[in-house]
Order: sequence, then C-alpha cells, then structure tokens
Amino acid sequence: MSIALLLAVGTLTSVGLYLITARSLSRIILGFALLGHAAVLSLLTAGGPAGKAPFASADQTSADFANPLPQALALTAIVIGFGLTLFLLALARRQNLITGDDLVEDDLEDRRIAAEESSEP
Amino acid sequence: MTLVLSLTILAPLIAAAIGIALHDHPRLRDTATLAGLGIAAAAAFMLLFDVASNKVAVVVRAGDWSPELGIVLVADLFAVLVLPVALSIIFAVELFAIGQRRTAWGANPELAGPLLGVLTAGVSLAILTGDLFTLFVSFELILVSSYVLLTHQGQRDQVRSGMTYVVMNLLASTLFLFGLAYVYAATGTVNLALLAERIPELDSGARLGIGAWFFVVFGTKAAMFPLFSWLPDSYPTAPTTITAVFAGLLTKIGIYAMIRFHTLTGMDDLGPAMLIIAGVTMVVGAFGALAQTDVKRILSFHVISQIGYMLMGLGLFSVAGTAGAVFFLIHHMPVKTVLFLVGGLIENHQGTSDLDRSGGLAVRRPLIAALFAIPALSLAGLPPFSGFIAKFGVISAGIEANAVPIVAVALTAGALTLLSMTKIWLGVFWGEPAEPPAAERPTRANQRIMTGATGLAVAGTLAISLFAGTLFDLATTVAEDLQTPGTYSSVVLDAQGGAQS
Repeated sequence: MSIALLLAVGTLTSVGLYLITARSLSRIILGFALLGHAAVLSLLTAGGPAGKAPFASADQTSADFANPLPQALALTAIVIGFGLTLFLLALARRQNLITGDDLVEDDLEDRRIAAEESSEP
Repeated sequence: MTLVLSLTILAPLIAAAIGIALHDHPRLRDTATLAGLGIAAAAAFMLLFDVASNKVAVVVRAGDWSPELGIVLVADLFAVLVLPVALSIIFAVELFAIGQRRTAWGANPELAGPLLGVLTAGVSLAILTGDLFTLFVSFELILVSSYVLLTHQGQRDQVRSGMTYVVMNLLASTLFLFGLAYVYAATGTVNLALLAERIPELDSGARLGIGAWFFVVFGTKAAMFPLFSWLPDSYPTAPTTITAVFAGLLTKIGIYAMIRFHTLTGMDDLGPAMLIIAGVTMVVGAFGALAQTDVKRILSFHVISQIGYMLMGLGLFSVAGTAGAVFFLIHHMPVKTVLFLVGGLIENHQGTSDLDRSGGLAVRRPLIAALFAIPALSLAGLPPFSGFIAKFGVISAGIEANAVPIVAVALTAGALTLLSMTKIWLGVFWGEPAEPPAAERPTRANQRIMTGATGLAVAGTLAISLFAGTLFDLATTVAEDLQTPGTYSSVVLDAQGGAQS
C-alpha cells in the first residue's frame, strides 16, 4: 500500500470517467480501459503491503508473502476486461461500417420527444 | 447431490461447446443444446426436492478448498427455489427458438443456441455461488453472452442500442470490481458467509458505504430508477427469443443478488432509500409503458415497473416483505418470458408488433389470444393467478409495516399495468383484422413447435398459481432464514466440504 498506488487509482479513475462521458465511441472505449485498470489496481491495494512472491517453502513464512488472493482476483478481472475491450472495439467498428462515424446515437425516446417538440407551433 | 449441483452449471456449458463444434449439423446442434438445458433444469428440480424435503442445504467446495480461500457453491432453499424456475424458462425459450429461427425474426441459430448455453451456466453460477467474486464472474458470463446475443445480427438499431446496453452494464461491472476492492480492504474476505459476520461489525460509515455501493451495482443490472434507460431501448431490438430470456432472467438476477447480499449483511438502514426508489421505479415503468405503441416496448417498460415491487418487498426488511419479494421473483420470471414469447407469436402472424398496424387476432388465432390473456392478467395482478398472490404478499407486508405511501404507489402502478395490458388487447386482438404479412411465415410444423413451447410455459405459470400456497410457505421460510443473522454463515462454514452427496 502506498500513496503512489492510490494516486494512480485516483488519476486513472478521473481520466477514465471523463473519457466515458464523451460522445465518441473510441474515447468511451479508452475510458473503460483506464477505469478497468483503476479497479484492478485498487483490488491489489486492498490486498495489503507488498511482499515476496507467495511460494510456500521451508524458509518462507506466510508473514513474508504478498497476499496472493487479490492477485488471483485481479488476474481474472484483467482477462475479462481485455475480452470486453475487444468486443467494444468490434462493436464500434460495426457502427462505423453502418453509419460512417463513431458517435453515440440518440435513443428512440429522445428522438421522439425532440420530434414532438419541433412539430409543436 | 454434489454431482447434481455441478450439472446445473456444467451441462449447459458442455452443450454449448458441442453446439459450436457441430455448427454445420443443425439437427444435432439443436438436440445437444436442448439436452444440455434439459439436464440442467432436471438437476435443478432434483435439488429443489432434495433441499425442500431434507431441509439441509447442499454445499460444494470446489477443489475442497476452505471457504476463506476457495469457491463455494451453496444450494440453500432460496437458491433452489429460483434455480428450477430460471432453468425451465430457458428450456422453453430454446424450444420456441428452434421453431422460430428459420423465419425473418429468428436469431442466428449457429450462435444463439451455444450462447444461450453459456448464459444458462452463468445464471446457475450466479444463483448458487457463495462468494462475491464468483458472483462478479458469473455476471460477466451472463453479460458477455447477452452482449453477443443482442448484437450478433449486426443491424443498425441493434448496434445503436447494444452500445448503450454494453456501456451501461460495463460501467456497473467496473463499479462491482471497485466494490470488491473496498469489501476486501474492509473485511479481508469476499466469501458471503464470512461477510455476513464481518460487515455488521464495521463502523456504520463503511458498512452503509458498501451497502449503497452494491445497491447501485445490482440496481443497474436490475434496471431500477434512475439506472433503467438502457433496458427499454435495447430489449425490443433483439430477436424475440433473446428478449424473452433477457426480460425473464437478467434483471431478476440483479434483484436476486440484491436480496441475498443486503439481507445477509443486515443493511436495514438502507430500507427507506430503497422504498423511495422502488416507488419511483414502479410509476416510471408503468407510465413509460402507457406511452408506447409497440407490444415489445410496452412489455419492456413493464419489466422496469415490476422490479419496483420486488425492491419494495426487500426495502421493507421484514420477514413478510422479503417473502413477498421472493415469491414475486418466482412468479415474475416465467410470466414475463411468456408474454414476450406471445409477442413473438404475434409478430410471426402479423409481420409486426406495432399496435397501430395490427388487430383482429382474437378471431383469426384464438389460441394466441388465450395464451396472452392468462399471463397478462397474472402480470396485472388479478386473482386467481400468481400475480395476485405476489402483489398481495408485497402490499400486505407494506400495510403491516405502516408504509402507507409506498402501498398507495404500488396499487396505482398495478392499475396502470392493467390499463396497458388492455391497450395491447384492444390493439392486437380486437378490431378490424389487419392485412396478413407479406414476409415469409414459419412452416406449419415450426408454428406448432412455437405455440407448443409457449403453451408449455403458460402451463408453468399456471402451475405456480396452483401451488402458490406451498411456494409462498417456502418463500416465508426463505425470508425467515434470510432475516435471521447467522443462518447462512452456519450452513456454509459448518458444512463438511463435498461430503454431503
């Protein structure tokens, strides 16, 4: 646990959140990648102080180890995050093929309300 | 019973693998998928009868690790009540899909069958898991297959609304991961049984912070107000069978996780906030449905409105309220799925699910009208159907707790639900017969499969109405266990791993 790690989590989260509020899909995807890293880092931080590699042997006791459980959780989360980023990229590519841009489109209700407002005198 | 429990997760996964390998052989592939889902559903029923008659939960420790370190699967009464309902729904939908997929509105069969298998495995895992991280993994399993199922046809509307769906759910998943980090930092475990002991010992700030954080995470999955906007936009664009599974299961898994987590960790202080959100969710969903003119969109908004009732039952944090929420969950999953399946039948016969362009189906297809009427009346909460008992359970718990405003809101939302069911009835089944569709129609044999699958599911909802007394008693037992601190922990931690087969 160190201030540097916490600062990294904070920076990644704020930049990630800023990016996912953007209108362009490529920024949203980058934002999620950063947010995912922030979440994984905070999971690592939650495991306590850094230590030696957690191999059980005669001359190492569990007090010297880094906590291996959050590391296992973080690895799983990284794999899932990686797959999802790829899927988002494929979806953005598909949208680009269909519409020619990479902007988030308005949803149906927004469009209906906008149409009704503009049709009123 | 260890093997039976594992089958609910493994059988659909294996079937999915076989389905992908056999993608060139439609008949074999469909048979493998159906068999996998059927085995899982049968195993779930066996678990239900075992746990309900022996009154002992089945606990499996994967790899025989201790619960602090390893993965625990817990089939307690709550889990085995929800599991068979969920798995038999998926089975009926897959049957319907086999009939439908050769038409214009069907999903791509090469992908849909195997992906449905993966989704089923995720649902079983989410219901059975005994730790928060495996819950996260199972959510991802469900969501990843749902992302692909929603967007695999690659049409414009699907990609547009699919993007909203993926981004909202991905945000919720990321928040889930942050929440896991907080929970681990505060308690040093992600095992639910240990969390049930350690979270109540935290100081109130940390405790409520964790509770509120997971309320938002599970609430996004459950589509509660104000986190629902992704649902009515994305669900109607998917093929009907896909929408039926999503509407019946996905949001309900969110509610299931919330009931589990928030009662286990004693988050009673969040009750008032939950009740307010429940009320707004009910009203927004019901009014949203009234404004729509498409069968699938109306039904999608009702998914949201009904989530409010389950949230209300949970928010009361009493035995009666929780029992109401649990029963509502069991009643709602099949009813909602059936309504979407009937929506699919309507679409197949009219060529559209738009109310303005259809009509007169009651004359031409009285069977479809009957199949719609039963679950629609049940959804609106009219006796003698299960919806009446579900709403009665939640509302009488509200009266018992003197929560007058939320009871008034719930009754109003119920009336609005009836109103929009009437709207579908008037638009689709009465009036002048619409022009028959020019688009391709399913063959007679396929129509029979689809109608048969829907009929099977309707029979399932009627069975729930018929056995409502027994099921409500079981739900009350579940609620007593959930509201008694330490029950779950003692079941999980004292069980000798894997020795109960």
